[in-house]
Amino acid sequence: MYFNNLSELWTMAGHGPYVWAAYAISFVVLAGLIIIPAKRYRQQLVQISQQQSENK
Amino acid sequence: MASWQWFHRLGSPKWLSGTIDRWLPWVLSLGTLLLLVGSVWGLAFTSPDYKQGNSFRIIYIHVPTAVVALAAYYVMAVAGAVSIIWRMKVADMVLRAIAPVGAALTFLALITGAIWGKPTWGAYWIWQDARLTSMLLLFFLYLGIMALHDAFQNSASGNRAAAIMSLVGTVNIPIIYKSVDWWSSLHQPATLKFTEESTIATEMLQPLMLAIPGAYLFFIAAVMFQLRVQIARNEKNTQWMAERAAR
Repeated sequence: MYFNNLSELWTMAGHGPYVWAAYAISFVVLAGLIIIPAKRYRQQLVQISQQQSENK
Repeated sequence: MASWQWFHRLGSPKWLSGTIDRWLPWVLSLGTLLLLVGSVWGLAFTSPDYKQGNSFRIIYIHVPTAVVALAAYYVMAVAGAVSIIWRMKVADMVLRAIAPVGAALTFLALITGAIWGKPTWGAYWIWQDARLTSMLLLFFLYLGIMALHDAFQNSASGNRAAAIMSLVGTVNIPIIYKSVDWWSSLHQPATLKFTEESTIATEMLQPLMLAIPGAYLFFIAAVMFQLRVQIARNEKNTQWMAERAAR
């Protein structure tokens, strides 16, 4: 590791808040790009199979 | 003709759906892994920039998201052209699938750039920089295309309007690429070059060479997730979709 310890990694000589905020926001948005459509698709499949059993 | 079979298969939502199911886990895992390794490497193991200090570490998420946000627009515009020329319904689904992912990646490029700008330039945002403004326009183009899809009662008209807008918006892409050379302002010019020697230190470059392909793969996976939703919506009354849902 470039930094001597974890607290140096966290503060990054003053740039820590900027760097970690950028990565935190990115993590949330990227996770949302997967989780939101995955949930929606599962709901769609449930709806389709419900409709199917009503028609029978 | 055999050589055109792939094109017809590509037009089949059922075939596409099966292909997505087969590839999605691999593309998503590899993309996530590359992004993670690139980020951890860049965050903790490379040396800081001699001028910018540690704030430059934002590059490992800023550049990959920005590069893919631009590439995504090209792919979306090609889907728009295919939709207009051949009226292929899968092309409309692809267009609809890319728009939100492209918007999210452009948003990330903008927001990580703004956060990087504060300690580096002293400002989160300035309007005089062409790279920043043209990138903001890209964000609005993606949002506009998403809005157009739902603005029409008739979904065919929405698809057509969005396809036309995606083609018109391609004008903005070369402007974004060239903005740092044509109007040099705060944003630094590209240090990563294909046609000549890159002007970035090898040590800084290595994590980026993992994160950029990682972002591409992650983008493909995210589009696949959106595509599944589009396919299920369009094909909900078909026999094969009912069978798939019953599984």
